[in-house]
Amino acid sequence: MTEVVKRARRWATAIGVALLAGGCDRMVVLNPKGPIADAERGLLFDAFTVMMLVIVPVIVMAFWFAWRYRASNRSARYEPKWSESKLIDGITWLIPAVIVIAVAVLVWRSTHKLDPYRPIASDVPPLDIQVVGQDWKWLFIYPEQGVASVNQMAIPAGRPISLRITSDTVMNSFYVPALAGQIYAMAGMQTRLQMLANQPGKFVGRNTQYSGDGFSDQFFEVLAMTPAEFDAWVAKARQSPDKLDAPTYARLAVRSRNVPFTFYSTVEPKLFDSIIAKYTHAHRMPEPAAAAPARR
Amino acid sequence: MFGKLTIEALPLYSAIAAGGALVTVGGAALVVLIITWLRAWKYLWTEWLTSVDHKRIGVMYIVLALIMLLRGFVDAIMMRTQQAMALNSGGYLPPEHFDQIFSSHGTIMIFFMAMPFMTGLVNLAMPLQIGTRDVAFPFLNSLSLWLSAAGAGLVMVSLVIGKFSTAGWTGYPPYSGIEYNPGVGVDYWIWALLISGVGSTLSGINFVVTILKRRAPGMSLMRMTPFTWTALVTSVLMIFAFPALTVACGLLALDRLLGMHFFTNDHGGNMMNFVNLFWIWGHPEVYILILPAFGVFSEVVSTFARKRLFGYESLVYATAAIGLLSFTVWLHHFFTMGSSATVNAFFGIMTMVIAVPTGVKVFNWLLTMFRGRITFHPSMLFTIGFIVTFVIGGMTGVLLAMPPADFLLHNTTFLVAHFHNMIIPGVLFGYLAGYMYWFPKAFGFKINEPWGVRAFWFWIVGFYLAFMPLYVLGFMGMPRRMEQYNDPAWAPWLMAAAAGAFLILIGIACLAMQVVATFRDRRRDADVTGDPYDGRTLEWATASPPPAYNFAILPQIRDREPLLDMKERGVAWQKPARYEDIEMPKSSAAGVVMGAFAFVLGFAMVWHIWWLVGASALVMWLTMILRSSDDDQEYRLSAAEVARIEEARYRALGSRA
Repeated sequence: MTEVVKRARRWATAIGVALLAGGCDRMVVLNPKGPIADAERGLLFDAFTVMMLVIVPVIVMAFWFAWRYRASNRSARYEPKWSESKLIDGITWLIPAVIVIAVAVLVWRSTHKLDPYRPIASDVPPLDIQVVGQDWKWLFIYPEQGVASVNQMAIPAGRPISLRITSDTVMNSFYVPALAGQIYAMAGMQTRLQMLANQPGKFVGRNTQYSGDGFSDQFFEVLAMTPAEFDAWVAKARQSPDKLDAPTYARLAVRSRNVPFTFYSTVEPKLFDSIIAKYTHAHRMPEPAAAAPARR
Repeated sequence: MFGKLTIEALPLYSAIAAGGALVTVGGAALVVLIITWLRAWKYLWTEWLTSVDHKRIGVMYIVLALIMLLRGFVDAIMMRTQQAMALNSGGYLPPEHFDQIFSSHGTIMIFFMAMPFMTGLVNLAMPLQIGTRDVAFPFLNSLSLWLSAAGAGLVMVSLVIGKFSTAGWTGYPPYSGIEYNPGVGVDYWIWALLISGVGSTLSGINFVVTILKRRAPGMSLMRMTPFTWTALVTSVLMIFAFPALTVACGLLALDRLLGMHFFTNDHGGNMMNFVNLFWIWGHPEVYILILPAFGVFSEVVSTFARKRLFGYESLVYATAAIGLLSFTVWLHHFFTMGSSATVNAFFGIMTMVIAVPTGVKVFNWLLTMFRGRITFHPSMLFTIGFIVTFVIGGMTGVLLAMPPADFLLHNTTFLVAHFHNMIIPGVLFGYLAGYMYWFPKAFGFKINEPWGVRAFWFWIVGFYLAFMPLYVLGFMGMPRRMEQYNDPAWAPWLMAAAAGAFLILIGIACLAMQVVATFRDRRRDADVTGDPYDGRTLEWATASPPPAYNFAILPQIRDREPLLDMKERGVAWQKPARYEDIEMPKSSAAGVVMGAFAFVLGFAMVWHIWWLVGASALVMWLTMILRSSDDDQEYRLSAAEVARIEEARYRALGSRA
C-alpha cells in the first residue's frame, strides 16, 4: 500500500512538474513563493494523490461496466437477482473510510500547523503590518516604521510577516495566493495571517469577497524586497508629504476606485485600533492568546 | 399610496436591462395570448391551477422549474460572455448589472429551479411508489406549490420593476444591510426566499407524514424504493433546515426595515451570525437537492441494467447517514472566518466523513451495472455521466474541505467549478434523468429518446468545457464574481468556459426540441400498458397517466420490487373481484389565491406599500379561515364509476396484449 502511494506520488509530482514546465507558472497556487503557501500546496498534492487511488478505478469501472454489460453483448454474464454480498458491502464501506481516515489525519495535523494565527517560527522577529480593507482599496500600516501605504505592501524577503487585518466597510477577504492564502477582513473584528516570501519578487493580492461595484479593481501589489531595498522603501515613504491623520484617513475611507499607490510619512497613533473600536463601542474583544510558534 | 414605487423603477437605465424586462413581459404576454387563443383558461383553472392531485402538482412544479432553468441559464451565459470579453475592458455589462446577474443566477437555480424540480419529482413519483391515493395533506401541497411560484414571481418581477439584489445568492451582510444596499434588490431576494421557504417547509412536513402514514399494506420501511427513502430523508432535512433560512432572512429584514442590529457592522451586530445561520440551512440544502437525485439514479440504474439494486440496505443507511452528517459541516463554507484550528479541523474532517456514505452509493450503482443488461435510455446516459463527473467534483470537494488548502482556493473560481461539478451532474442530471424516466407515467406517452441523447451529449461536453477551465483559473488565483480583470493569462480559459456555456445552450435547445418531438409523436409513442420499461416498482403497476385515485384497490406489498414480484407470481394487472367507493379531495382555489396574495404581500413589503401589505395579509388570512371552516372538502367516487374507468383500461391493455 505505502509503496503504491509512493509511486503514485512520484507520478503526480512528475505530472505536476511537467505542467509547471509547460508554461503553467501563471498558476500561482501551484507555484508558491513562500513556505506557508508551499505547505498549503503540498497538502493539495498529497490529498489529490491519495484520492486518485479510488477516483481512477471508479471512472474506469463506470466505462468498463457500461460497455461490457451493454444489452447487445450477450456473451456477458447476466445475474438479475444478484444484489447482496456482505463481503462486498464491507469493502465498499471500508475503501472510502480508509481514504478518509488518511486524509483526516492530514487535515488535523496541517490545520494546526498552518493555523493563520500561529506565528512563523524564525530567528528573525516578525514584521508587523496592519491591514485595513476599504471600498475599494487596501491600506497597509507599518506600526514599527510609522509609515503607511495604499495598494502596495512592501515586505522584506526572508522575514516572517505577521498581519492584523480588519475592514472599514463590508466583509472583505484578504488574499495573497503566492504567499499565504486568505482570511476574511471584518469590521469591528481583527483576523490574523502569517506570510513569508522566500525571494524578492512582485505578487498580486486581492479582495475575493464581493463588495460592490469597485470589487474588480480592488487588488494590490505585494513587493518582496531585500532588507536594504525595504529600508529604502521605508525611507522613501517617510519623505512623503502626506500624513495619515484622522481627517486624511476619513477622506481616504470614502468609496473610491483605482486609487494609485499612496504613501504616508506618519500615521496617527493607534489608528488601526480606533478603526476596529469605531464599530465595537465599549464592547472591546479580548486579544486572543498567541499560539505557540510552529515547529519547522 | 405606492410606497417607494415610482416610475423610476422601470429598468430604463440600460438597454440590456430594458431588453430583459421586455423579453419577460413579452414572454408572459405570449403565454397569456396562447392560452386565450386556445380558450384554455377554464380548463387550466379547473384541471390544473386549482388541482390538489399530487401528479398534477408535480407536473406544475416541474414546468415552473424548467421555465426558471431557462431564466437562470440566460443569466449564466450572460456572465460567461461578459467574462470572456472583459480583459482590460468593461465588457458589455456594467458592474451594477453584472452583480444582479450573478445574484439572480444562484438564487434562481437553487430556490426556483432545483427546489421545484425536486419537489415536483417527489410529488409525481413518491405517492405512486408507496401505493397511496394522494399525499397526506393535498391542499397543503397545492399551497406549497403556489408559495414557491409566488417567490419565483417576485424574482421575475424584479427584472421589470426595480432591481434585483447585488449581494450574491447568499446575501451576506453587512453588504446586504440597509447601510450599504439601500435599494429594493435585497428586499426582493429576502421576500422571495421567505415566501418560498415557507412553502418548502410545508412540503417537507407533507412528504414525511405521507411516507410514514400512507404506505400500501405490506410496504415496510425496508421495502420502500430507494427514491422514496431519499425523499423521506430530504423531507426531514427540509423540516429542520428551512426554518434556519427563514429566521436568517427574517432577521435581515428586521435589520433593513426597522433599523435593528442583528447583522450590522456596529451596535453589537455580527455578520458571522448570519453566515452561520445561512449555512446551517445551506449545507443540508445541498443534500436536500442531491439525495432525491441519488434516488432517481438508483431507480434508473436498476431499471435499465435490468437488475435488482445492489446493496439496498447499505444504500438506505448511507442515505440516512448523509442526512444526519449534513448538519455537522456548515462551517466549511467559511474556514476563512478565522476560527481556531481545532474548530476548522473538526468541520473539515466531518465534511470528509460524508464522502464515505457517498462513496458507498457510487460503488452500489456500479455494482448494479455489473452483470446487468444495460440499455442506454437518456436517463441511463445521464446516470453514467453523473457517476464519472461527480467523483471528480467530490475529489475537489475534499480538497476544499482541508482548511489550509481552502485558504488558497476559497472564493476563487475553483470553488465555483467545484460546486457546479457537484450540482450539475449530481442534481440537475439526476432531475433530468427523473424527468425523462417518469415522463410516460405523467402523460401516457414515451419521451423522445434521440433528442434526449443529443441533449445529454451537449450537456456533458458543455459542462466539461465550461467548468474545467474554472479549476485552472482558480489555481491562477482568480476570484469569483469578477466583472472585469487585467490578467491576460485568464482570457483564453474564460473564452473556453464561455464556449462550454454555448454548448450547454445547445443542450437546452435539444431539451426543448425533445418536448416538441414528444408531443408531435404522442400517438405513435403512446404507452397503454403504464409500464414502458418493464419496471419493477409500484408506480408502473397503474395506468399512465394514472387515474385520480392512482390505485383502484390498494396493492398488497410482499417485496421491495413489488411489481416485479407480482409479475413473477403472475398476478400483475389482475382484475380485482370487486371495486369500492373511493373518497378523494376536491379541487380548491384557496391555494392559488393564497399564493397570489403572498406574491402581492411580498411585492408590497419590497416597496413599502403598507396598506397593500395589510390588505393582502388579510385576504390570505380570510382565505385560510374560509378553507378551514369548509367541511365539504372531499367527494365520493362510486364503485361503479371506478369500475367504468378500470374497465376502459383493461380493454386498452387487452387490445394490446
